[in-house]
Order: sequence, then structure tokens, then C-alpha cells
Amino acid sequence: MLSLLWLIPALPAAGFVLLVLLNRRLGRAGAAWIGAGSVGLSMLAALLVCGSFIVSPPAGDACRQVLWTWMDVAGFTPAIGFYLDAVSVVWVLVITVVGFLIHLYSTEHMEHDEGFTRFFTYLNLFVFSMLVLVLADNLLLLYLGWEGVGLCSYLLIAFWQKDPQNVYSGRKAFIVTRVGDTALIAGLFLLLTQLGTLEIQPLLRAAEQTWAPDSTVAVVAALLILGGAVGKSAQVPLQTWLPDAMAGPSPVSALIHAATMVTAGVYLIARTTPLFELAGDARLAVALVGIVTLLIAGFSALVQHDLKRALAYSTISQIGYMILALGVSGWEAGVFHFGTHAFFKALLFLGAGVVIEALAGEHDIFKMGGLARKLPAVFVTFTVGAAALAALPFVTNGFYSKDLVISTTLGTADGNVWLYVGSILGAFVTTLYSFRLVWVVFFGEAHTEVTRRPRWRQTMPLWVLAVFSIITGFLWLPAWIGAFHPLEDFLDTALPPIEWTGRYAHFAESAGAAFVIILIVYGGIFLSYLLWVPWRRGTHAFAASPVVRPLAAFWLGGWGFDWLYERVFVRPVKWFAHWARHDLVDYVVDGIAWVNLAGWRTLSAGQTGRLRSYVAVAGFGVVLVLAVVVLR
Amino acid sequence: MASVSLEHALILAAILFAIGFAGLLTRRNLIVVLACIEIMLNAAGLAFVAAGARWGQADGQVMFLFVLAMAGAEVAVGLAIAIRFRQSLKGLDVDDADRMRG
Amino acid sequence: MILLWYILIPAVAAPLAWLAGRRSEVAARWIAVAGTAAPLALVAGQWIAAAGTLGETFAASGPGAAGLVAGSWIADLKTAWIESLGISFFLAADGLTLIMLLLTFALGLLAVLCSWRGITQRVGVFHLMVLWTVAGLAGVFLALDLFLFYFFFEMMLIPMYFLIAVWGHERRIYSAIKFFIFTQVSGLLMLVAIIALVFIHGRETGVYTFDFTQLLGTPMAASTAFLLMLGFFAAFAVKLPAWPLHTWLPDAHTDAPTAGSVLLAGVLIKIGAYGMLRFMVPLFPGAVAEFRTWALVLGVVGVIYGAVLAYAQSDMKRLVAYTSVSHMGFVLIGVFAWNELALQGVILQLVCHALSTGALFILVGGLQDRIHTRDLGKMGGLWQVAPRMGGTAMFFAMASLGLPGLGNFVAEFLILAGVWQVSEWAAVLGAVGLVFATVYALWMMQRAFQGEETHGLRFADLTKIETGIFASMIAALVLLGFWPQPLITTARQTVDGLQRMTAQSALAQPADPGEAAAAAAETETAGGDEGGAP
Repeated sequence: MLSLLWLIPALPAAGFVLLVLLNRRLGRAGAAWIGAGSVGLSMLAALLVCGSFIVSPPAGDACRQVLWTWMDVAGFTPAIGFYLDAVSVVWVLVITVVGFLIHLYSTEHMEHDEGFTRFFTYLNLFVFSMLVLVLADNLLLLYLGWEGVGLCSYLLIAFWQKDPQNVYSGRKAFIVTRVGDTALIAGLFLLLTQLGTLEIQPLLRAAEQTWAPDSTVAVVAALLILGGAVGKSAQVPLQTWLPDAMAGPSPVSALIHAATMVTAGVYLIARTTPLFELAGDARLAVALVGIVTLLIAGFSALVQHDLKRALAYSTISQIGYMILALGVSGWEAGVFHFGTHAFFKALLFLGAGVVIEALAGEHDIFKMGGLARKLPAVFVTFTVGAAALAALPFVTNGFYSKDLVISTTLGTADGNVWLYVGSILGAFVTTLYSFRLVWVVFFGEAHTEVTRRPRWRQTMPLWVLAVFSIITGFLWLPAWIGAFHPLEDFLDTALPPIEWTGRYAHFAESAGAAFVIILIVYGGIFLSYLLWVPWRRGTHAFAASPVVRPLAAFWLGGWGFDWLYERVFVRPVKWFAHWARHDLVDYVVDGIAWVNLAGWRTLSAGQTGRLRSYVAVAGFGVVLVLAVVVLR
Repeated sequence: MASVSLEHALILAAILFAIGFAGLLTRRNLIVVLACIEIMLNAAGLAFVAAGARWGQADGQVMFLFVLAMAGAEVAVGLAIAIRFRQSLKGLDVDDADRMRG
Repeated sequence: MILLWYILIPAVAAPLAWLAGRRSEVAARWIAVAGTAAPLALVAGQWIAAAGTLGETFAASGPGAAGLVAGSWIADLKTAWIESLGISFFLAADGLTLIMLLLTFALGLLAVLCSWRGITQRVGVFHLMVLWTVAGLAGVFLALDLFLFYFFFEMMLIPMYFLIAVWGHERRIYSAIKFFIFTQVSGLLMLVAIIALVFIHGRETGVYTFDFTQLLGTPMAASTAFLLMLGFFAAFAVKLPAWPLHTWLPDAHTDAPTAGSVLLAGVLIKIGAYGMLRFMVPLFPGAVAEFRTWALVLGVVGVIYGAVLAYAQSDMKRLVAYTSVSHMGFVLIGVFAWNELALQGVILQLVCHALSTGALFILVGGLQDRIHTRDLGKMGGLWQVAPRMGGTAMFFAMASLGLPGLGNFVAEFLILAGVWQVSEWAAVLGAVGLVFATVYALWMMQRAFQGEETHGLRFADLTKIETGIFASMIAALVLLGFWPQPLITTARQTVDGLQRMTAQSALAQPADPGEAAAAAAETETAGGDEGGAP
């Protein structure tokens, strides 16, 4: 079974190639069958391969499959090869399952779009790139997938390319993530030069053997990798592209900008865990990035009017949790939260897609309202998703994963009280904004007519994802509930287990810590009910008061990062480009030409063509010469 | 007959030459220009003759014969040019002929 | 003897095409196709025949032990030419030569094909010029006698000059003269350096010869070597073009006809890199090592400057031309890094850049034939009008920004990885250049193909010839992106030989890992762009 590993990425790739080659000759049905079918087959292959991996793990709890040697230069021999271990199994399953559901959903969601085939072409390319990213056995191939998903992200954000604003958002996403990628590729150069290979497992072993813990080179390498992760996963300071990325179709937001691509940074750090274990300062940086991001994005999500933008900020914030967990050495907690988040966030985006479609493209939540009765299926599933996002205790997967993440911020040796308090605060904000969406969108008066209702290809994925948003949490129950943690056991084969060695580890692991979270969550939900159902007018008035309004505007605009970058980076470059557009160097060249021309003009001014002046000059010349000869 | 010294003859030649040269520079009529050139040639011839007399050599007179012949040739060519000049430029103003301007 | 055919076939086909062109334009075109396709097939044949040996590095003793000198070639041809001056007719080929010849003939063929519709004036003479350019290029890549090299180097300028000046666009005379003066003046500097080298060699050994292999290792003072190296560098840096000697290139590319742009960007500017690899560095390794820092600075400035200026252009062809400046900056830093990674990257970059930029020029040319403008401000939304063209442009824009999976990425990665071993800063700044590449590539796509179509432009999508041209180029780039090994193997022996030639010099000193780590630490503290770094 494991020998079928290559099929998992190859099938979407084949779908992509077919769609490109056949393009026009395919009808919509044909494109849908190839597009969704290739990913469906890929999902089956993934289920088979990962199933057999879980049931009968290969020796060393990992398997490697090399297709061919990519290149062979000066002893540098990266392969086109795949590597499957517990971490990549989690990602592969999420990508193919969520990916297939979203493809299915898209066949209905995009059915009237003129770019139907193009959409599935890009989507298949994305799934291929993402699978390559998580299956790559060397960092160069990972980088290939990494840039490939970036390309697809750009193409799909700019999918409705008639609107220049969408194209702008796509460009912004590509360029900002590429800034992070520059750090990552510099990290690759450093690792290659220092350790002589980019194949991940040998590289990590070599790093452990040759680099002393906390040596500068290890810290630099880890920080450069973090730079890449920060860009791709939309973390501070490169988070600004993700809210704008919502210009793309909703399935794209669900697949790329919630479930899979944006978690590539989490994957990368989890994948290179031993490097970060060698670099304490880098881990601290990771944790700080996570905590700052989750708080900043959480507050921004609280004030958004646009349904998808609110969800985008919440994605940034939740990825902040994953990064935070990685930063405090809670590697498995980060991966767990990725797994749960992928389901409920994809669910939320797909639900939002149905809502927006039903209201003829309305994005403003305050123009929605009263949808609970009109779109019951969406209401139920969306509420499940929001509950999972808010970490509603016991019944949602979000509770188990977030509880674990928050516990690790206190319980591990890298954790501390500040990170814990911050993440608790973040959890509270999360409950506020996630249920704010539920109250405002589904309750109260209806402001916009429902013009379209979803059919099975859209509702089925919602229900499946809703079920996943509940049951996946039970894969890892906290110790105080019961000793059921198959996911932890599985991840232990590839990642270092969470070590509860911090000062407050005892408390962090106990029901007491969970009780704090439960309290926070219920409190938050209740408060958000009060704020946006009975007290909604008061809330609006409060938000509009002169003291709060600037702050809300500041949060709405994403804490001024865009404003700052516009002035510090964008405008100077644009200004220079405009100023130098005729090529500064060419002025020098033209200057040389001008000097020659000027010389020519000066000398040819003497050529009057008049005989008498020539004679005069000649005569005076003779006199001059004679004078010199005689008087010398 | 009071003998004329070489200096006097040379001064006369110089004056003649200067007159011719000044005419060459200031006059625009091609015929006058040619006449001025004649004056300058004759000034040179005078100098030759005077010098030949001073040293008692025939060379000076021989040279003057050459100058005469050359002046004749020059006038022949010059007048031919003048005729062509008048035909193509509708006048004899030498300043009109500035097609060689750079 | 086969080497001679590479030059003779296009050179002889040229007057034939001209003669045929007086009666039938189509005949001229087909003769030109034959005149480039036939040597292409020959090179391919020779390549396949030699494939077995090219992948091996040289043995420690025997031919090639001292680098690419006598006996190490896969084919050579040497006859006396002007014996009194020590000039010989010396052609030789190794893996690098084969790659360059493949590139020359393939792009020559593409240049002929892409002119099928666009060129209607003086068709016979046009193909005469194209074929002579191709013949001259083949000569440049084959010649190993410095005089012969210079002869071909100058010879192909003249047909290229006429290609620009006669069949070019708006400012064609200006651009053609600018191109000619730049290359001519810098070529003369090289000629001076060549003659000086010959005389120094003659004085030392008593043998006056222009044979490159004999001139290697001529003993001379370091300052003399540096000056002579600068002479060569001037010629090749102009050709490449390296900042700040690049300004002829945007003008020449913009005003050249499509075929001219393809040959210029695809092959002609590659002479700069080829000349550095083949002649400049082996002849003066010490001076090159001394000059390395400056060359890296020039290269990095070129990478970023070219990219920023590409972004600033509103003429699409000029934009593409500036991307060449940027990409050739990578080549420059790669050559001066002079280790196996970087050199293989450089050779790969020569091929991939030729394909990607050549395709973009063909695309812009096709657009211009259709809508009679290259002004991006007058485009927009063309994807709606011609989706296949849009998709093609997107592909090559991605190639241009170095997307992994395409050959350009492999090339740029190898170059930067090699450069990193010499200078981390140069590698990092080169990588930053890739961010700017993203900026211009996406900006070009947006202005030309995305957005709403508002100018009422309607035209046919890609023709069959164009589809064929682009499909072959796309296939080649994807193949090189996932399996660059054939080219790497072909160039391996050459790269090995080149490094053997400089093994005794300061260039060959391996980078000290400890030093590299310390420098990397400096990078971190000074850079500090990792966001949450404490």
C-alpha cells in the first residue's frame, strides 16, 4: 500500500494537466468530473496509504519513496521523493479530505461562473502543490510546493480578474509571502552550506550532531525558517495579505486560506522541530510571534463587518495559537490544533459562502440577519463551526485542541504566565467574535432577501465537516477526562512528546486549568449574546462613541500595518521606480553623447562657409606664426 | 637718378600687399576681390624685383615673370568662376556662396 | 570537421535565402528553417553521441587533468590561417559548446518561425541577416583562437545591426547605433587586451600565438593581468549586460524586430557569460579573484536595479528587456562565485533565460502585430480576448520570477547556493531581487491581461505556429524544472575542466565553514527582519 504514496500528489497533478490540455473541449460537467474526481481519487489513495501506515507502521515509523533524482550537482542531490510520517499523515489526510469536500462544494458553488474550468485547473494545481509540500523528503522539494501553493493562492485570489481590486489582493498575497520566502530560501542556503544536504531527516540529524544547542548558526537557521513560516501562515509582521485574500471565491478561502496553505508555516516548523529544539531564542521568537498575532488578529476580528474578513482574522488568530504552541515546545499541540481548525474553519468559510451566495453577494454581516430559519442547514452547521472556533467545552474539537495549546503555554519548560494569560485573553476574544457572527447573521431581523438555497453538493460537505468538527476532538482527550489519546500516541512516533516540566505544569495539566477555559468560554458566549442580541443598539452606540471609535477603526484596519508598509516600503520603491524609469545610467550615456554633440556644434560654428572669414583667419594666422617666429 | 633703397621698395610692396589684403577682406564683389588678389600678387612681384636688383641677380625678374604668368592664369580661371558664379547665384556677392557652412 | 558545418550551413544558406527571396518569400523562409534546423539536428546528434563521456569528470592524469586544453575536447579542428601572426583556425567543442550551439540553432529556428507573419518587407535580406547572425554566433561558441573569436564576435554585430536598423520599430536607428557603439567600443578594449596578452606571451616564450590553450597561464605582473582582465570584462560585461553597462539593451530589445529580440536575449547576450567562463576567468584567475567583490556588487545591483526598472516601464517589451538585466545579474554573480554549484546554475540560467525571455519577446511581438502597440496603458483585460495567450503569458511571467518547478528556479537556486558560499550578502540580496521579480511579473500580468477590457480590442488568439512554439518552450522549461540533469551532466566535464584551470589561483580557495557561520551571524544581527526576534 505504501508504494502508492506517489499517487496521492500525482492524481491532482494529472487532473491539472488534463484540464489544461483539454480546457475548452471539456464542458462544465467534464471539468467538474476531472477536477473533483482527481482529488477524490487522491483522497482514496491517501486513505489507503495513510490507513495502512497507521494500521501497520513501517520500520522506523516513516517511509520514503524516491521517484527520481532531481539534480546532481557537486554532491548536492535532492530527489523528487516523498516522505511519510505521522506529521505528514495528518496533513495529507486533512488536505485530501477537506480538499475533496471543497471541490465537491465548488462544483455547485461555481456552477454559473464563466471561469469554471479555470477554477478547477487552479484548484487541482493547488492540491498537488500542497501535497508535494507536506510529502517532500527534502527542503528544496518542499520549497517547490511552498511556492506552488503561493502561486495558486495568487491565481485564485485574483480569480475574478476583471476587478483590478481582486488582482491587487492576489498580487499583495504573492509578494508579501515571497518576502517571507526570501528568508526561507536564505535558510536553505545556510543549511545546505553548513550541513551539506537538504534532505530533511539526514539534515536534522546532522544539525543535532554538529551544532551545539543555542549556537548562533542554529538560531539563525531557525529564525530564517520562521521567516518563511511567518509569511506563509500570515503571522505578524507579514499577516497583512490574508484579510485581502478574501477577494477570492469562498471555497478558495476555505481550502487555501483557512484549512491548508496558511498552515504550511506550522507544518514547516513542526517538520524541522529538531532545529528549533536546538535554538531556544528562536523558539522564544516563535512563541512571541504567535501570541502577538493571535491577540492582534483576535481584536481585529471583533470589529469586522465583512463576514469573510472576520473569518480571515480569526484564521490568523487561530494559526497564532498553533505557532504559539510550537514556540513553547508543544509541538503536538500545535499539530492537533491545526487538525481541528482545518475542519471547523473550512466549515465556517463554506457556510459563509452559502450565506453570501444566498444573499446575492452581500458580505456585510449587519445587512444579513434572521437566516436561522431560512437557511437551517447552514445555521446548524455554521453554529457548530463557530462553537468549535470558540472552543465550546466537551462537544467540539476546538475545545480539546485549544485547551491543550493553552495548557502547554503554562505547562512546558518554555511556557510562562504571560503567554498563558495572553492566550486566555485570546480565547475570550475568540468566543466574542465567533458568536457575534452567529447572533448577527442568523438572528434578529432579516435585512436581505434569500434568493438562492444550497443543494446537496453544498450542504453535504457542510454536514460532513460539522461531524468532523465534533468527533476529531475525541482523538486526544485531556488526562483528567480519560486516558484516550490515539492522536498523541501516533504523533509521538514523529514528534517529541509534550514535556510537562514547567513551573506550573501540575496546574496546567489539571482540570483546574480546563475549568478556567470553560468559564472563559461560557462567559464569552454569554457576553456576546448580551452585546449583540438584547444590547445591540447599546453596543453600536458604544462602538461609535468618540473614545472607542478610533480604536475600533484601528482594529478594523488591522492595527495600521498596511498603512505603515505602504509608507515605508511601497511608496519609496514606487517613487524610486517612477523617478528612475528612464534609467539613471542612461543619463550618463546620453551625457557622453551630449558632450560630443556640443563639441561638434562648437567647432562647426567656425565653418561659416564664407570665403572672406576663412581668408581673414588664415591671414591672421600667418601673421601670428610670423610674429612668433620673428619675436621668439 | 637717386637710387631707391631696398627698404623703400619693400615698404611699398608691404603697403600694396596690405591694401590688397584689406580689400580682399572687406570687399564683397567678386571682381573687386579678384582685383585685390592681383594687387597682392603684384606686391609680391615688386618685392622679388627689388630684391633681385639689390643682389644684382636675375632670379628676381625671373620670378616676376612666373608671377605674371600665374596672375594671368588666375584671372582666366577667376573670371570663368565669376561668370558661373553670376549665373548660379544671380549676383557677384561672395558672401552668398556659403554652402560649405558646417 | 563537423564543427565547420555548424558555421558553414547557416552561412551558406544565408545568400541562398536572399536569392530565393527575390522570387518567393516562402522559399526564403523555408531555406532559413532548413539553415537552422539542419545544424540543430547535427548538434543534437553529436550531443547524443557524446552524452556518455560528458558526464564524467576528468581523470587525475591524462587529457583534461589540467583543464580544457589539448586532448580534452569531444571534437576539434585546427588549421593554420595567418601563420606569420600566429593566428590559427581553431575550433573545438565540449559540453558547454554543445549547449550553446543547441541554444543558438533552436532560437535561430524560433526566430525564423516567429517572423513568419510579422516580417513582410525584404524577406530575403531579412533571412540573410538572421542566418548570418546565427553563423556568427556559432563561430563565437566554437572558436578557441582568440583572434578567430574576436573575428566572429565582431562579425555577427553587423547583421544584427541591420536587423535592428531596417526591420526595427520607432527609434530603430538610434537603438541600432547605440547597440553598435557599445559593443564595438568594448570589443576594441578586448582586442587591445588580446594583443597585449599575445605580445606578453611572445616576449616570455618567444612564441607569438593567438591560441587560447597556449596563452593560458602566461606569467605576468598582477597589475598587468588585472588591466587585461578588465579589457575582457568590459567586452563581456557590455554583452551580458552588467550594470551599469546595460543601457543599450533596453533600447535594442525594444526596437528590434521580434526575431532580433529573440536572438539578442536568447543567444547574443549569452556570449558575455560564455566569454567570461571560457576565456576571461581561465586566462586571469588571480585578477578575477581580486575583482570578485566588485563584480558581485555590480551583479547584485543589476539584479535589483533591473527588476525595479522593469516594474517602472510602461512599454511591455522594454519591461521584458529590463528583466534580462536583472536575470543576467544572477549570471554575473554566479560566474564570479566560481564553484561547481554556481557554474552549473549559470549554464542552466543561460538556457532557461533564453527560453523564458525569448518566449516573452515572441509573445509581446505577437501582441504588437495584433494591436499595434506595446503600451501597457493601452492594454488590460486581454485574458478575456485571448485566454490562451493570457495563460501562456502567465506561465512565462512565472518562469521569469523563478517559480520552482520551472528551469529558471533550479538555475537561480544553484547560482545563489553557490554564491552563498562566497558571500552571504550577495546571495541574500539576489534572493531579494526575486521579490522584485514577483512585483514586476505580476504587475505586467495585471496591466496587460487582467482587469476589465476597456479599449475595445478584439483579436485572434494564438495561431498554430505560435501555439507550437510556446508549447515546445513550456515543455522544455517544465522538463528542466523537474529534471535538469541532462544539461547538468552535459556541462559537468566543462565545469570540472574550468575549475581545474583555476585550481592554483586564489579563486579556488574553498570557503571556510566557520567563517561562513560567523558571517551568517552578522547577517542576522544586522538584518533583524524576522519579526519577533528578541
